[in-house]
Amino acid sequence: MLKQTEGSHAIAESVALCRPEVICAYPITPQTHIVEGLGEMVKAGELQNCEFINVESEFAALSVAIGASAAGARTYTATASQGLLFMAEAVYNAAGLGLPIVMTIGNRAIGAPINIWNDHTDSMSMRDAGWIQLYAETNQEAADLHIQAFRLAEELSMPVMVCVDGFILTHAYERLDIPTQEQVDAYLPPFEPRQVLDPSEPVSIGAMVGPEAFMEVRYLAHHKQMRALELIPQLSAEFRQVFGRDSGGLMRTYRAEDAKTIVVALGSVNGTIKDVIDELRDEGYAIGAATILSFRPFPSEELHELLSHAKRLVVIEKSLAVGIGGIVSHNLRMALSGISLHAYTVVAGLGGRPITKSSLRSLFERALRDELEPLTFLDLNQSAVDRELEREKARRRSGPSAENILRDLAGGAR
Amino acid sequence: MELQPIKFYQTGTFTVGNRLLDADQRSVQANMERTNSLNSGHRACQGCGEALGARYAIDAAMRASNNQVIACNATGCLEVFSTPYPETSWQIPWIHSLFGNAAAVATGVMAAMKVKGRKDVRVIAQGGDGGTTDIGFGCLSGMFDRNDDVLYICYDNQAYMNTGVQRSSATPPAARTATTMALGPEPGAVFGQGKNVPLIAMAHGIPYVATASVAYLRDLEAKVSRAMTVRGARYIHILVPCPLGWGAAPHDTIKLARLAVETGLFPLFEAEHGEVTSSNKIRHRVPVEEYLKPQKRFAHLFGKTPAVDTLARIQEMADRNIRKFRLMDERRHG
Ligand SMILES: Cc1ncc(C[n+]2csc(CCOP(=O)(O)OP(=O)(O)O)c2C)c(N)n1
Ligand code: SF4
Ligand SMILES: [Mg+2]
Repeated sequence: MLKQTEGSHAIAESVALCRPEVICAYPITPQTHIVEGLGEMVKAGELQNCEFINVESEFAALSVAIGASAAGARTYTATASQGLLFMAEAVYNAAGLGLPIVMTIGNRAIGAPINIWNDHTDSMSMRDAGWIQLYAETNQEAADLHIQAFRLAEELSMPVMVCVDGFILTHAYERLDIPTQEQVDAYLPPFEPRQVLDPSEPVSIGAMVGPEAFMEVRYLAHHKQMRALELIPQLSAEFRQVFGRDSGGLMRTYRAEDAKTIVVALGSVNGTIKDVIDELRDEGYAIGAATILSFRPFPSEELHELLSHAKRLVVIEKSLAVGIGGIVSHNLRMALSGISLHAYTVVAGLGGRPITKSSLRSLFERALRDELEPLTFLDLNQSAVDRELEREKARRRSGPSAENILRDLAGGAR
Repeated sequence: MELQPIKFYQTGTFTVGNRLLDADQRSVQANMERTNSLNSGHRACQGCGEALGARYAIDAAMRASNNQVIACNATGCLEVFSTPYPETSWQIPWIHSLFGNAAAVATGVMAAMKVKGRKDVRVIAQGGDGGTTDIGFGCLSGMFDRNDDVLYICYDNQAYMNTGVQRSSATPPAARTATTMALGPEPGAVFGQGKNVPLIAMAHGIPYVATASVAYLRDLEAKVSRAMTVRGARYIHILVPCPLGWGAAPHDTIKLARLAVETGLFPLFEAEHGEVTSSNKIRHRVPVEEYLKPQKRFAHLFGKTPAVDTLARIQEMADRNIRKFRLMDERRHG
């Protein structure tokens, strides 16, 4: 059914249609509207056969999810930013135990300095925890990916994170197609756990594993993610059959067929990128884009194939690997083996800095002329940075830099 | 199960043979049909109080629930010694997730059982004192706050044993641990630190809180059985001597668990909704030295010049407990 709704609410409705049995959550912006929406549905009796638990921390949220999932319940939670880091130990644990929990990440920066706005630092910090990571490009996709996520998680017995750009998607109102219960039921069968805590068939779960088997258990997680490389496109195709639209998959290209320059990015920024590409295409430039939807597992082969005919690669990323540059670009390196091209890493949009069409346009123009540095910080206010470096040089006790820069920008520099 | 006071004049001691009791009052462990939930073959040290406590507690819970128990374990000695895979001592569904989240995992299991309409399945969370009073405290308090239908059992051996005997917030003053060395002007753990989690549990107003000791196994079973008749959050804190960490002889585990109670240092009581409803009376009161002396972790108190001041402070703690929890039979001792 088409309706004008908020991204978060659409996600909540999608999750509800998946018939979750246990939902636990701890509030953090910009995730709050999702779990509030679900809580309301449970409280009002619209979502039945579901326990909604308000916990005391994100660590507890995911721990409750671990217990519920191990006891055979379809389980959901959501978080962001500081919350994801607060539950870090349980994030690895849920994956290690092979529990098919689905968790939304309302992508947000990580402090200090504390910042509630969007970037990908939070989910990127957990990229190697053993969860499948899907990044939604639009709100329609965000809603749809959750339905696919439960299916994927349960088929593989592996947790899935659906990453949704905070505010840009979570808080945006737009016209979205909310599926019917019949459609979702047709797509998502009831949860049949691979392992379950059951008094009539007692098992021990979570024993100490030594050097004799640890490698194998870890390898198996990798193996399953390699299987997900096949499963994700299948589930997306099946989704198309049932719901009548394209959503999900490993990656998606845009005007990339004959493109000599390929722009790669994750999440909602692809909308702006496509607009700029349209302009440049109109002017005759052979430029196209690729959206990575599945960051874990990483679609190396597909990207290799795509980039094998390209001359230039521009990676736009909303996170920073401090001390080296870009996370996505480094993941892409493997896919570039045997391909020789100019690769540019662009760190953009940290802490919610808008990524505008005009900035992207001049960035791509410079890339097309091969005038870009290997690592660029889009729209970085270099002079503000230089002034802070000057202050640090001038005085040993120069004070906290974040506050110095804020004061400087407000015109009150000492 | 109602407890009925029975007088036994013939033995002259306070121990009671099972034969003298009605069948339904006998120890769970005396029953051939006991479940052996924590089976033999585990890797606990000789004389491990934790293994003993867990065996009695879980078997009692099994009996009280018609064998429908799921246990969630924190990291620690109990978890490590019970599951040297491919062997496991657990005859019940059992999960270990992390050190600090046993109470939350149990909440999750409980929620799943509720949704599935399995109200007959009872959920137990368990961990050591470190996993309970320190790192798992947030999750524990959250579980109490929500009054989730979980029985949490803390096996208190008064230190982080699994990592080599470091101080926890349940380590008593003056005790030597690997991080409270018997050195300097105030050797061992300092006075004035530590927390009393049974009392903190009571402050949450949860329906049932009890303390128990592996010296009084019948009492321990009765408290677990009582807890199983209650719905909502319940907490049982069991003193479980650790021969390795306490520097005590394995055959002294029961003796020390008894002396801790008889000195008044470890009061046994029950509480409902934040109110103490009963306490176990001390029958042979003993001075704290008797309890402390057999333990190497207190050896520095008994050198050439005994630490009289420190011993007096520990005695004061015992006396305070005796007053606070009314541990002496007032008729006999005025
Ligand atoms: C987050 C985390 N921190 C530290 C540890 C290391 N660790 C494992 S068991 C343990 C001690 C357990 O002590 P306690 O809970 O008292 O149980 P005991 O072994 O004494 O029975 C520690 C510190 C861990 N596993 N996880
Ligand atoms: S170290 Fe202590 S608690 Fe751990 S197994 Fe040995 S006796 Fe038991
Ligand atoms: Mg301990």
